[in-house]
Amino acid sequence: MWENFGFEFVNYYFIPGLVLGCIYALGAIGITLTFGILRFANFAHGEIMMTGAFLTWTFLEISNIFLGFYMHPLIACTPAIFIAIFLALSVDRYFYKPFRDSPTIIIVMASFGMMLIIRSLVQVIWGPNQITFVKGIAKPNSYLKDFSSSMDMMLLVPSKHLFIILGTIIIMLAFNYMLTSTRIGKAMRAVSDSPDLAKVTGIDVEQVIRATWIVGGFCAVMAGVFMAMDTQFIMSTMGFRMLLPMFAAAILGGIGRPFGAVLGGLVIGFAEELSAYPWFGNGPLLSPGYKSGVAFSILVLMLVFRPSGILKGRVF
Amino acid sequence: MDELIGYFLYFLSLLSVGGIYALLALGLNVNWGFAGLFNAGIAGFAAVGAYTFAILTTAESTFHYGGLGLPIIIGEISAFLIAGIIAAVIGIISIRLRADYLAIATIGIAEIIKLIFKNQVDITNGPRGINKIPRTWEHFSESRYFSQPILSWIGDNQFWQAFFDSLVNWWWQPLFAATILFFVFVVYMMLERARVSPWGRMMTAIRENEDAARAAGKDVTRRRVEAFIIGTMIMGLAGALLAQHLRFIEPTHTFDPSKMTFLVWVMLIAGGSGNNRGAILGAFLIWFVWSASELFLNGFIDIVANIFNGIDVSMLKNRSGYLRMLLIGLVLQFVLQKYPKGILPERRPAAPGE
Amino acid sequence: MSSIKSIMTVKDLFAGYGETEILHGINISVNDGEIVSIIGPNGAGKSTVLKAILSQIKINQGSINLLGKNIVSIPTSQIITKGISYVPQTNNVFVSLSVEENLEMGAWVNPNNTQVKLQEMYELFPDLGEKRKQPAGSLSGGQRQMVAMAKSLMVDAKILLLDEPTAGLSPKYRSEIFSTVRKINGSGVPILMVEQNAKQALGVSDRAYILVDGFNRYDGTGDELLKDKEVARMFLGSRD
Repeated sequence: MWENFGFEFVNYYFIPGLVLGCIYALGAIGITLTFGILRFANFAHGEIMMTGAFLTWTFLEISNIFLGFYMHPLIACTPAIFIAIFLALSVDRYFYKPFRDSPTIIIVMASFGMMLIIRSLVQVIWGPNQITFVKGIAKPNSYLKDFSSSMDMMLLVPSKHLFIILGTIIIMLAFNYMLTSTRIGKAMRAVSDSPDLAKVTGIDVEQVIRATWIVGGFCAVMAGVFMAMDTQFIMSTMGFRMLLPMFAAAILGGIGRPFGAVLGGLVIGFAEELSAYPWFGNGPLLSPGYKSGVAFSILVLMLVFRPSGILKGRVF
Repeated sequence: MDELIGYFLYFLSLLSVGGIYALLALGLNVNWGFAGLFNAGIAGFAAVGAYTFAILTTAESTFHYGGLGLPIIIGEISAFLIAGIIAAVIGIISIRLRADYLAIATIGIAEIIKLIFKNQVDITNGPRGINKIPRTWEHFSESRYFSQPILSWIGDNQFWQAFFDSLVNWWWQPLFAATILFFVFVVYMMLERARVSPWGRMMTAIRENEDAARAAGKDVTRRRVEAFIIGTMIMGLAGALLAQHLRFIEPTHTFDPSKMTFLVWVMLIAGGSGNNRGAILGAFLIWFVWSASELFLNGFIDIVANIFNGIDVSMLKNRSGYLRMLLIGLVLQFVLQKYPKGILPERRPAAPGE
Repeated sequence: MSSIKSIMTVKDLFAGYGETEILHGINISVNDGEIVSIIGPNGAGKSTVLKAILSQIKINQGSINLLGKNIVSIPTSQIITKGISYVPQTNNVFVSLSVEENLEMGAWVNPNNTQVKLQEMYELFPDLGEKRKQPAGSLSGGQRQMVAMAKSLMVDAKILLLDEPTAGLSPKYRSEIFSTVRKINGSGVPILMVEQNAKQALGVSDRAYILVDGFNRYDGTGDELLKDKEVARMFLGSRD
């Protein structure tokens, strides 16, 4: 059973699906938070993610120049996180805040514009071409390989994937703690519930909004860096490419529900990877050319038939 | 003299592309300005028009099934209609979505459309794209056109070959630009009539106060679907003209959402959404600014190169396009914050009695 | 009687939404220890008075004094920190937060002695203590109203504004809410309450104002108004 079916399925479809799902999940958290708290679909979210990955790459190169070796991306991303959060907060301050009391559509348009502005800025600074993020072929983690082989279930998981999966779990746990046990986290849930009531309760909504950008920005950068670690290259269009799957994840999980977004992200990640699995016969179920269409289709179908998501979020 | 002609031709090409953008902006104005529908899939709908036109009108090709060699006007009408049919299907299922959901859905649909064009290689030639798309007027100089009636009644192949060889090679360019402007004019006149008609006034009423319109017994959903279809058909037509202008289309770069969808939005917002003249003005203005900024930026980079003798400006030159995109993005933000109504704000259609 | 301390005075207030003016010169005052009701027909501008106090609508003219200080044109968030607590008519609890989290949010502007306040609230509203971990959205209408009130009392309120606290509740809960209002007032918090159930409201109120079409029509003590024949005929007739 494992030889015929399991080995290939787990190593070449399931694990990649899980990894992709983790990345989408982290990205979707930011989308669902802004949707819940600021009540608009933030088109610029993918670009924060992409910028974070480019900044991390820059710090990797800097470390090579000054220290003579490449740091681990998860260390190099620390300064990138601060810069990306600063970027997200500045964008909010100068481009979104003026529209707090305007119709939603105006701020959506502003974010649509920000998407282009940030991407162009990155293209001007780093150029439009693909950049290698980490060199070399990722070998399967040998401990896991030996350990699983001893149980007759050989797992070929590169260390980078283990980092991504474990990293996502840790961020999720921290995020959960924040939302349920800290004052600002509870306030974020409260504003998401009802911004008007939050205001007359005396909650400092602007402070909550800043916290939202910080948390969303952090998760976005992590998603971008994980994506770069996984594919080993970065590109200025990666943010837009991931935007729709992340929207799909956020909507699938129910808008304003961070854990729904995580679930949605996993579903989309698995759906994309497993769509190429030869479920019937020998050929892949769906031609790999259509892989990215899976997320778009789920997105459109969800919007049309069940905009409240599988976990029943709110519909605004 | 040659230089003067060069400027003239540049101006004509500005007018042609500006006119195509004006059509896209007019289409978007029907979606957004009239009906408040946030269509973010302009690139996808224009691609439908462009591909319909290309597949129907190009000569038979060994690379793909398309290439039916049909007359241009049939290609244009089909682009118009097919875009409408696709919009009808999409409109009926997604029109009740809230504004930003509709934006996400239309972006998703546009990406699916492009994905189909990219993957159905046997019909569309996939990422390699479709080449040698006939361009109105210029197409007469191709032998497959002048060997057919009506032209073949006037003279034989040699006659036409000699005739077209005797013309300056840009003879068709003023005519092509004029044709596009003619389309803009016709669409504008029709939309102006629609705007002040009972239909247009109803659209305004729905946008202002949907509940009241619904309570007054208006079929709000139907009106919205209609506006979605009409706007999208105009975009399909614009796509057909774009395919003619470019003569080569492929799914990814030709229909890059940032250039197409976004630029058209900037045009409409800057010109004044809800105002057809505003849409046209915004399209030409932003297109001129966009094109001029290319010359300006390149000139600026040359100056920088002269001042700092010896620095390599090729990188800056390669990236000047992105710098322009950045500037256009900032223009949008500026207009949104300072002049949210645009240059020509919407004028209400007068009530029947006035 | 000179020892009466004025908590809040609304003087010649003209206010409304954008161009539409709804209040045309309203005068209302609340003194220390009082329950004051605002009653009147639908559309009289009762709730609008509260919104004006909270600076949520446009004030064209007039003054609103809290403990001698004018609070007109101060943003809503700061008005809350100045000691005005407000319970909206609907959507007045965070449905996905637990009861206890709702109360914690109520203490946002002054979180220092949240634990003490929580205990006080669970004593004042024993039902809530049992349900402290439940999401507020799962509670009944009356219980939600209790959560909303408890939430607004988590700060040291100088005055409590209630917008139709009994709207949509069954008669049983209505009486309970009114007795709770009395209890809160007994603990020293002055209350300004907008009410539809005029008779019961007058019954618990020290004084009341009757608004019609954005103007003051009558005012007096609760008893006076209850006994006034014209008031009874015009405003108390059909209800209850």
